[in-house]
This record gives sequence, C-alpha cells and structure tokens, in this order.
Amino acid sequence: MSRAAEAKPLPAARPLDRRSARRRAAWRRRGQVLAFMSPWLLGFTIFFGYPLVMTAYYSFTHYDLLSPPKWVGLANYKYLFTGDQRIWPAVSNTLWIIAVAVPLNAIFAFGVALMLSRARRGIGFFRTVFYLPALVPPVAATLGFVYLLNPGTGPVNNLLRHLGLPDPLWFDSPTWSKPSLVLLGLWGVGNLMIIFLAAVIDVPKHLYESAELDGAGGWQSMRWVTLPTISPVILFAIVIGVIEGLQYFTQAYVASTIAAGSAASATEGANSLGYPLYSTMFYPVLLYQQGFRYFNMGYASAMAMLLLVVAFAVTFIIVRNSRRWVHYQGPAVR
Amino acid sequence: MRRVAIAGLVLLVLSASVIAGCGGSSESSSGSADLTFWTGFTDRELGVMKDVVADFEKTHPDIHVKVVGGISDDKIVAAIRGGNAPDVAHSFDAGAYTGAYCSNGAWIDLADYMNQDGLSDDVFPEVPRQYSQFEGTRCALPMLADVYGLYYNKDLFAKAGLDGPPQTVSQLMDYAKKLTERNPDGSLKVVGLDPFDGFYENIAAHWAPQWGVDWVDESGKSNLAAQPGWADMLRWQKELIDWYGYDNLVRWQASAGDEFSAQNAFERGKLAMNLDGEWRVAFIGAEHPELNFGTAPLPVDDGQPDLYGSGYTSGSIIGIPKTSGHKDEAWQLLKYLATDTGALVKMTNGIRNVPTTTAALESPDVKPDEAFNIFLDIFGNPNTRTTPITLVGSANQDLVDAFVTKYQAGKVDDLEGGLADLDQQIDAQLEAAGGAQVP
Repeated sequence: MSRAAEAKPLPAARPLDRRSARRRAAWRRRGQVLAFMSPWLLGFTIFFGYPLVMTAYYSFTHYDLLSPPKWVGLANYKYLFTGDQRIWPAVSNTLWIIAVAVPLNAIFAFGVALMLSRARRGIGFFRTVFYLPALVPPVAATLGFVYLLNPGTGPVNNLLRHLGLPDPLWFDSPTWSKPSLVLLGLWGVGNLMIIFLAAVIDVPKHLYESAELDGAGGWQSMRWVTLPTISPVILFAIVIGVIEGLQYFTQAYVASTIAAGSAASATEGANSLGYPLYSTMFYPVLLYQQGFRYFNMGYASAMAMLLLVVAFAVTFIIVRNSRRWVHYQGPAVR
Repeated sequence: MRRVAIAGLVLLVLSASVIAGCGGSSESSSGSADLTFWTGFTDRELGVMKDVVADFEKTHPDIHVKVVGGISDDKIVAAIRGGNAPDVAHSFDAGAYTGAYCSNGAWIDLADYMNQDGLSDDVFPEVPRQYSQFEGTRCALPMLADVYGLYYNKDLFAKAGLDGPPQTVSQLMDYAKKLTERNPDGSLKVVGLDPFDGFYENIAAHWAPQWGVDWVDESGKSNLAAQPGWADMLRWQKELIDWYGYDNLVRWQASAGDEFSAQNAFERGKLAMNLDGEWRVAFIGAEHPELNFGTAPLPVDDGQPDLYGSGYTSGSIIGIPKTSGHKDEAWQLLKYLATDTGALVKMTNGIRNVPTTTAALESPDVKPDEAFNIFLDIFGNPNTRTTPITLVGSANQDLVDAFVTKYQAGKVDDLEGGLADLDQQIDAQLEAAGGAQVP
C-alpha cells in the first residue's frame, strides 16, 4: 500500500520529515479507501440515506403527492397511535404471518435441504425441481395459486370433493386466506432451501464421525452436530423472514384483488384490498392504500417510519439473543 | 466476518422498507401543436375514442393528437409528479380523483378558458356539474357518465312465472328467491340476485340511492347512523345473503366468472338479476347477443315508492395536467370532447355510456335502444344521486364497504352502534388527511 512513500528516496531522516511523510501516506491511503468505497457510498446515500431523510420529513407533513408538503407536526403520528382503527387489525395480521410463516418456511426449507443432501441419485434434478418455484415472479405465482385454490372451479377443491374431504374457501374465507398465503410461501421457499442445502453439505464430516464414535444416533447427531453448525444460517433465515414478513405486500395485494373478483371499477379495486374481511390487510398494504390511493403520503410516511423502527428493534433483539444459540466456526476450529 | 455479512444483508433488506419520495415537476414546452391524450378506455371502446379524436383533427388541422389507452389514475398522478403528464388526461373515477386533481392545481383551473369562450357549466346536468369540481374549483369537465340499474334475464323470469321487473325491495327479495335454483347437493346453480358487497358492481354507494340516503350532513360530516335507511338497506342485504347461506354464496361467486369478460355470470344465465352499469348493454351485444334480457331502474325501499326511477350515477372527467406545454390547444380538445354534441353522441352510440351535456342527452341522433334508454331516464331522474367528493379519494366508501362486508359475514352484533362508530372513523380519516390538525 505504501509503495509511493517507499519509492521516494528519503533524505537523511529527520524525525519531522518522516512523520509528515507518514501522514501524507496515511491520507493517500484514506483517499484510496474512499475511492474504492465510493460506489457503495453513492448508492447508500442516494437510495437509502436520501429516501430515509425525506420519509422522516414527510411524516411530519400533509403531503398529497401533487402539491408541496404542508408541515403538520405530530398530527400523523397522533392519528396513527390514537385515531386509526385499521392499524390494529393490520398489525395483528402482520404478526400472524410472521409467527406462522417464518418458522414454517425455515423448517420446510431445512427439511427439503436435508432430504436433498442425502439423495444419492438425481440430485441435480430434484434440486432444480425444488428451486424452480423461487424463480416464478410473485405476481404470477399468486395468480396461479388463486386459480388452483378457487373454491368453486379450482382443481384442488375438485380433488378434495372427489375424495370426500372438506373443501375450504381458501382465499375467499377470512379463516383460510392467510394459511393459503403461507402455502404459497412454502411452495416458493427455494432460495432459503439452497442456502440451507449449502450449509448442511458444508457440515464437516469428521464431526459426524466423532459423534458416531461417541455413540450418537441419527437424531442426536442432528441435534448436536448439524443444528449447531448451521445455526448462523438459521439466524439468517429468521432475521430475513421476519423483515420480509413485516414488508409482506405483493402476494396479499394480488390475492385479495383477484379473489375479490370485483373489478369495482368505481374504486379501481381499492376496496378489495384486505379481502375477505380485512384478513389480508397487512401493514404495508394499509400503508400503500393510504399513500397511493388516498393521497395521504404524509401519513403513509409516518407508518413507514414506525415500520422501520420496529424492524430495526426486532432485528436488534434477535441478533442480540442469537449469541446464546448461534455458533460461529472460526478458521481455528477447522 | 459472517456476522458482518449478516448485518450487511439485514441493512439491505431494511432499506427496502423505507419508501422513496421525490417531489417537484418541471415545465415542458415545445413549439408544435402535438398533443397527447391519455384515456382509460381499451379495446373496442378505445377504438371509438380514437374515431372521435380523428374527427377533432379534421376540424383542427394544426393540432395533432396521440391517443394512449388503458391509463390508470396511478399513472396520471405519477406522470404529473414526474413532469411528463399528457396534455389532456381522462379519469374514470370522478368520485375518487376530482378532489385530488382540483384541490392543488394538479389539473389547471379551467375558469379563465371558460370565461374567454363564454362557456357556462350550465351545459352539464346538475350531477356531472357537481362531480367535476371541488370546493368551487373547476379543474375538470365531465365526459360521459355511468348510471346503475337492474338487468334481468327474461327467459329465467318466464321460467319462474314472473312478469316484468320488481319495483320495491321486498318484491326484489321475493323474486330473487323464486329465481334461485340449487343443485342436488344444496350448492347454488342459478342465483336470483347477489347483493354481496364487492361482488361485481355491488358496493354500498350503488345501492344507497334506492333507500334515499345521503353520505354526509349539511356540515360535511359523515351521517350514516342518523339515517335509518342505511341500517334498513344493510339488513335487507343480509337477509337475502343469509337465505342463500353465506358460504354457499361465496362458493358460487368464486365460479361466477370475471365481470368484464364473456364469462360474466349474468351474461351466461347463472345470475337472473344484477345491479350493473349502462355499459353492460354494449358488452352483452358484443359478447352474448343471444341473451334475452331487460333493464329497469333498481327497486326502491317499500316506504318510499316515489324514489322509483332513480339510481346512482358517477362518471368520467377530463382535464389538463399542469405540466402540459400546450394548454391552449389542450383546451380546444377538452372542450370538443366534453361539450361537442356530435362528439358526445358518437361516443354514446359507440360505447353506450351516458352523454354528459343536456344537448347531447336530448339529441335525436342518439341511437334509440330500449335497454339503454332506461339508463338515460335514470340519469335524468331528479332523485338520482352520486357520492360526495373528498380529498382522500374513495377512503370514505372503502371504510363503509369494509364495514358492510363485516356485517354481511355476521361479524357485527350492534348494527346501529357500528354505523355510529363508522361515522367517527370516516370523519377522523378525512380530518387526518386534510391536514386539518395543523397546530
């Protein structure tokens, strides 16, 4: 790094000179570091810093997207915490999807990964089959599920009826709409599955061998070798899952609009958000409705700020607690 | 290192939770008179609009217009903010967007142009005149209206031994039950009438005029609980839904077919009576010309027979976004589309929407059609109503419809109390969005 400084023939070293040369070199190094970081810095400032600051500012204004924002102080936050009766249903729906979908996704992805890691033949084929759904765009996948799970004409219910099993109303029932979305999520769990698969394959063989020598059975070596070794990936799955749950939008938007079936031309589908019976009204859907349907961007910004704070706090708590159960293997262990 | 990587990923995902915002718009201008006109129409209906615009170009050889179809209001709003909006924009939904466009100059105030040309808004009937302005600012002109009425299947009526459309809601209930057919397993085969909120055009706004109820009181406050008609209407709807069985009806709806397609349940004879807009006449003509149907005003509350003949109306508006670089030429096009009798008659005959000037309504050139003329009569009825324009789009209507769906599902125990609570919610939302709480 300090080639420039070395190249210069140093005069009979006077301590002051040497110090200033060193200082110059340090500055140059800082400049280089900054230059290498600049793409990230620029991106961070433009795509994260600026929107964040503006969102914070808009949250204290009334802003209809079309005219300049008007300062209203804490009015948006006051309405958010005391006035808006739709917040609590939206929050509880969001908590529901996090509490149910995050563990299920992780367990399912881990289970599939475990199976694939043991497959002897056709591993490439099965890996592709299980990963493929993750490549389907969320809108298309949701449309497909709404079609498959159509209570009247869908193939799933036709099959269930043939077998004499109960046929739920799926996306048309407030009880089943969220479980239907969870099913959709499980189907598209490929990304997570690949990460788990890599982690499971990466577990050092000698650990299993040691465990076997100590008399550990299948379950025990899973509990005491596999799980601790892949625990960083589990943490990753939980953190990312929780944040994605907090931002759950596309699937809910598409499923409610399509299942409601009302083109409701008068309101361009705005009133079908949350269909049926607010059961798919998640926090980000409400935020979208306020900001882009009701021209209430100031209020939507206040909702976004709250979401940011909650996401940050939850992530902090999870990562903090994870020290107790996540094991990082340093190079020394290997 | 892994911990750092995880933290980095977390940050990346977090950043997506912050919604971006950027304001401002730039004026664009160029010398030529090439206009862009954005409309919500598509397919067959867009073709008619292009025809009408071609007529305009013939009489205005200096102005060339590019017509773009399938445009939603989201796109118009985004384009105005981005400074690349068209010269003339068309919105299907006056109720939700007039407030947004007129309250802040997003669409320019047309008063000067109207004075200059000596054009009075008296040329428009009362209701479209109302829904195309907001608190005294006229930033839009009405262009075609939608009117809602009852469609009924004459063959199914004959089969059930019924003659002519019902006129009161108790008759309507009676007819609906008689027209309903069930499969051996108890599921619904043909539904008499489906008042489920959110099904096709069934929303509270479209039914409310039949009970003669308003949305707000004189001071503009939400006024649902104080008018017994609202509770009567909801009880009536729920009684019919419960008669079918809520789950049965939901199951039937899921296979009813898309509203704006040839699979529409009414067009296929799976639904004997339906609340729908005047445009359905042309859709049936194009998709199911064999259907033997009739139209009538929607039945009314038994206690208010004088209301019979009225209904709900709302419409399309057109205006000039503030970013247009050719406002004078845009005004020429706007005036032509909204007030030229020939243009409106051509649209009416082609699209079968209701024309929005008195002259075009009375024009002998409007092609007579028994089913369509009913809607012209409903539109002209003095008791025909629309919904109040708010600053928050359809937030008031969405809150009502959310409540109605909850009630229809049997999740509201105290209807009157629920309506009073709803009034408060609507007022709170309007107040919060209006920035009225400025300290």
